[in-house]
Amino acid sequence: MSELEEKILEIRQDFPVLNRLVYGKPLVYLDNAATTQKPKCVISAISDYYLNYNSNIHRGVHRLSQEATDEYEKSRKIIKEFINANKTNEIIFTRGTTEGINLVAHSYVRPRLKEGNEIVITHMEHHSNIVPWQIVCEETGAKLRVVPINDAGELIFEEFEKMFTDKVKFVSVVYVSNSLGTINPIEEITKKAHSQGIPVLVDAAQSIQHIKTDIRKLGCDFMVFSGHKIYGPTGIGILYGKENYLEKMNPYQGGGDMIKSVSFERTIYNDLPYKFEAGTPNIEGAIGLGKAIEYVSQIGFDFITEHESELLKYAQEKLSEIDGLKIIGNAARKASVVSFVLENVHPHDVGTMLDVDGVAVRTGHHCTEPIMRRFGVPATTRASFAFYNTKQEIDILVQSIQKVIKMFS
Amino acid sequence: MEELKELYQQVILDHNKNPRNFGELPTCNRHAEGHNPLCGDQIEVFILVDEDTGKIEDVRFKGAGCAISKASASIMTTLLKGKTIEEAKELFEQFHKVVTSDPSSNADIINLGKLAVFCGVREFPARVKCASLAWHTMLNALDNHTTTKVSTEQV
Repeated sequence: MSELEEKILEIRQDFPVLNRLVYGKPLVYLDNAATTQKPKCVISAISDYYLNYNSNIHRGVHRLSQEATDEYEKSRKIIKEFINANKTNEIIFTRGTTEGINLVAHSYVRPRLKEGNEIVITHMEHHSNIVPWQIVCEETGAKLRVVPINDAGELIFEEFEKMFTDKVKFVSVVYVSNSLGTINPIEEITKKAHSQGIPVLVDAAQSIQHIKTDIRKLGCDFMVFSGHKIYGPTGIGILYGKENYLEKMNPYQGGGDMIKSVSFERTIYNDLPYKFEAGTPNIEGAIGLGKAIEYVSQIGFDFITEHESELLKYAQEKLSEIDGLKIIGNAARKASVVSFVLENVHPHDVGTMLDVDGVAVRTGHHCTEPIMRRFGVPATTRASFAFYNTKQEIDILVQSIQKVIKMFS
Repeated sequence: MEELKELYQQVILDHNKNPRNFGELPTCNRHAEGHNPLCGDQIEVFILVDEDTGKIEDVRFKGAGCAISKASASIMTTLLKGKTIEEAKELFEQFHKVVTSDPSSNADIINLGKLAVFCGVREFPARVKCASLAWHTMLNALDNHTTTKVSTEQV
């Protein structure tokens, strides 16, 4: 066994669910773009909170409340370091990527938008980076502009540049496409937008777990991601915002914790980041996410990037050899996501048949209906890889697909 | 594995490959579109009812979807011809029972005839919607009483 194989085997021991059987076969979990599995340390951190110091944060004077507050705030610091933000108060806990985008759409963009203004997104956005903007456009009379993509599934950057007129007030763009795997040139986009004074939000839901994130290098003004895609719990996510933007913004929700003082005549809002964290937050989620990020950092992005690109390369090679299989999304720069269609077999039938072999993949439109239309398919089958996946698992995927083809031929 | 074999029985695979009554019905007096937004499956059902006898004279469907949804639509059309609207609705109820009943209870699946082919779907809850789309669309078409030519009767 090679050193790499030994390391992966060791890593797999951190994820208890990877040892289970599905229909009597070992689980081959290739649905990581939907959600990643959780390492033991994350599960323990959550149960430790409930077993030993469950209490509300920021308000009690008792010991347990102090411990919970410390752990909650410690997570914020871990995340700040992880993405290389300037300040801890630029890190806002949300429910996830979707809430982060809605928060910015509602609190930053909407009050500043007038009829005739424009918001720029791309053709490869997830529905969660389309619909919130459609809502603010509808309310304000602004227009949504969509940057087209080429047949490989890459942004047509020249079209992007053409769209940057005085009318554009905001750019919201996905870092890594969840259905195509395409990695977008965020630094270039940000530079171009900033040269015209346009703020940029980056949807990092599918990049945060694959690519080392340096917010200062990327230069974006907002970034959002979900905890569960980076080995953390569901129901927790992060909104990063530059302090000067967050300061100018109105609160998203009113309630406890987001205020300094309340009277019936006047309420004074709390400072950052608490201004955007109304109500008792997802405490165990924040603690679990902090632990997940510590874990990922310990694995290290050198290893993650290398191993995952190896898996991607291997999977694309092996899948391309299958007659009648077409990969959707062939960008030059891709994260470890492979979407494909089979001639004459609908993705749902593929999904069910793979499932019975223990192989978990995602089938459907992946909340990116415009992409499906762009490529003229109703849906795709998507295999997405994490650093705990192996080449042997890809072999099982390939064998299982061959069985599907045989059955439907 | 047995469950899978039952889901993708030869009958299902055959109807998927060679769907019966596939395509538009130029003259029809009941029509509905069905859409499953979760998976993008789309189907249209065209029915011609003889208004005097109340019997289904002809029925066709078109659309795109998985093997289960296509085969289900195809089999459905073969079962509907010659049935009265009431009988068609009863058939829907029977079908619904088949795909949603508890897989461990075999008591109620005797005398199902051609519907028995759908028993395999019960093992895969995620696929029940695929199998049901055509049937719900058919029911909708019968209830809506619409025609392709006249839209005034639309409720």
